[in-house]
Amino acid sequence: MSFNVFSFPVDLNQLREELRLAEAGGFCSFEGWVRNHNEGHAVSGLEYEAYELLAQKEGERILEEARGRFEINHAVAMHRTGFLKIGDVAVWIGVSAPHRDAAFQACRYIIDEIKRRVPVWKKEHYVDGRAEWVACHHCENGAHHL
Amino acid sequence: MIRLELEYFAQMKEIAEKSKEVIHTDLKKAEDLYLELKERYNFPFKGSRLRVAVNGDFVPWDYQLKNGDHVVFIPPVTGG
Repeated sequence: MSFNVFSFPVDLNQLREELRLAEAGGFCSFEGWVRNHNEGHAVSGLEYEAYELLAQKEGERILEEARGRFEINHAVAMHRTGFLKIGDVAVWIGVSAPHRDAAFQACRYIIDEIKRRVPVWKKEHYVDGRAEWVACHHCENGAHHL
Repeated sequence: MIRLELEYFAQMKEIAEKSKEVIHTDLKKAEDLYLELKERYNFPFKGSRLRVAVNGDFVPWDYQLKNGDHVVFIPPVTGG
């Protein structure tokens, strides 16, 4: 299981190759891309910041949890930091498993937990020159209060 | 008095206009420290919206701070 935070673009094929195991019958991946709009505003790019030490640990914990919950062979994930352009890959998750159901479920679990728990923040840069830190969309349920 | 190293990220870094600082305090509870910093810097977050990490791990809000601790208050995360 490996989770990494990168401040530079990485070769996604190389990440995918880590998941190619003889005992795996399939592979499922999720890519999060920088899109050109959010909540009615034209976006020119996103800037990501991470508390790397803890992001790394929490990301690894999530991958281990996925391994405990689903019948998978391997899981790899990465999150980018720095300034990303429209279309850039901000987050990548890959899971290999003997059977497809577990691969899909684990992939979904990992992206949901990354978004909920890993200390990474995004700032939206708008076409009109403004920039704002994105507000949390999942805090109303008290998820951030231990 | 204990010596603490504080580190700020994202909105909190911009509002505090610094990424790190060393403070000396008599406060012992992480929760009380946040309330003091919220007052000092006018952070917009209620404590209930944040998490706190000490020495690279999440800790509960009633964590008792120790001399030399590295403390990070974690604003709502927005990765992905």
